[in-house]
Amino acid sequence: MSKYALSVCDLSYAYATKNALKNVSFDIPKGNFCALLGPNGAGKSTLFSVLTGLVQSPDGAVSVLGHDLASFGRLARRDIGVVFQQPTLDLDVSVTENLLYFAALHGISRRRAKPRVMDALDRLSMGERAGEKVRNLNGGHRRRMEIARALIHEPSVLLLDEPTVGLDHETRISITQYVHQLCDDGITILWATHLVDEIKPTDHLVLLHHGQVLETGRVSDVVGTKDLARWFSDQTVDA
Amino acid sequence: MIYLTALTAIIRRELLRFVGQRSRFLSALVRPLIWLVVFAAGFRAALGLSIMPPYQTYITYEVYIVPGLCGMIQLFNGMQSSLSLVYDREMGSMRLLLTSPLPRWWLLLCKIFAGVFVSLLQVYAFLGIAALFGITFPPMGYILALPALVCSGLMLGALGLLLSSTIKQLENFAGVMNFVIFPMFFLSTALYPLWKMAEGSPLLRDVCAYNPFTHAIELIRFALYMQFNGAALIWVVTSFVVFMIASLWGYNPAKTMTNRKMG
Repeated sequence: MSKYALSVCDLSYAYATKNALKNVSFDIPKGNFCALLGPNGAGKSTLFSVLTGLVQSPDGAVSVLGHDLASFGRLARRDIGVVFQQPTLDLDVSVTENLLYFAALHGISRRRAKPRVMDALDRLSMGERAGEKVRNLNGGHRRRMEIARALIHEPSVLLLDEPTVGLDHETRISITQYVHQLCDDGITILWATHLVDEIKPTDHLVLLHHGQVLETGRVSDVVGTKDLARWFSDQTVDA
Repeated sequence: MIYLTALTAIIRRELLRFVGQRSRFLSALVRPLIWLVVFAAGFRAALGLSIMPPYQTYITYEVYIVPGLCGMIQLFNGMQSSLSLVYDREMGSMRLLLTSPLPRWWLLLCKIFAGVFVSLLQVYAFLGIAALFGITFPPMGYILALPALVCSGLMLGALGLLLSSTIKQLENFAGVMNFVIFPMFFLSTALYPLWKMAEGSPLLRDVCAYNPFTHAIELIRFALYMQFNGAALIWVVTSFVVFMIASLWGYNPAKTMTNRKMG
């Protein structure tokens, strides 16, 4: 059994003529919060598309809890929960129906999924909104709901692609704190962001820029005593 | 069991969407009814139809076009599903589906099944209204038409899926109307039998004969009269398999249909 929840090895990906990812490699130990930090256009969403199996790269390898994504995609995907940057909710059905639908896509029957749905919504203080149509929810509640949905099948690895984009500061902090707490339950988090205030010194960090990993390691080790925002700016400034 | 759970969930979602869009149901019924009530009434005098299989006697033009209009409902429904897939892809919910641990081929097949289920509701509602206009079929024909409608629905759904894998943007969907739906419908036996077409143009007759939609209609037509059209079934099943394989290729992550700039 691998000691890493997620391993990315020498991964490259290109769109026609543009190299979006170049020899990307990093490992995330189990139960860690890993911030995938990079400016817009760094390749974060492309990396997420590869990690979730939406696209396949001919170069490199990804493994989830030791399961190679290319060879054992189903086993690997079973352990992954995803929150995409772009909302993926059905606006015209209820919160509960959205979650039950997703549970079914993971083979969980409605009978088994219902208590999980209520539990997940309660943990995110969304229990009272269970019967409401998604269209009536604000951005923050929709995001919470997407996180609840990603946890329904009890994944070991949770991937979140800039989940706080467009949210107010208070909601952003609240969601960031909640997801950090999930690590206490043994869930490994990969959190893509370009906002440094979402990252704690104890987090794991992967700095991605122009499709390449510039730094990886514990934030406090990588950044040292420098200010993270200043350090990030220095690292990603284009000459 | 896991496979069935996903199938029922996808069908349920499609039904919820369908019920929520009453205009979609109405337009699905109004379209063939206009053809049946207005178009057929106008052409019944102009188009005389001789005895031909599966009919045992002379029939009115309204009776002739009902199977074609059933096919039309399924054709439009298949394209509607295609549109909905493109929309899902643009809105991101297609990503959600494709990140499921279930095999991609099964998930896409479930989408097609869901579309077929909805189209069956529309077709039987249409047949019910046609009965009110006095156009009826043998009672057993309604039951035997079900597997034929499932086969034709699957084929047209797979075609829709294939188209959705090639259409990059929702705006391009108008082209599907012009280059797929209309030619498929008019170059078929939906509105006129092959021999009638041959009188006008032998070449067009041949084109109609190679159109899979023609065979879908004939399969339904024969089934409605409790007859089995083996050649039509082979055409429909073969077309379904070809469209399905091409669709799976289109949605293959290695080929990256979603290979667009993502940030």
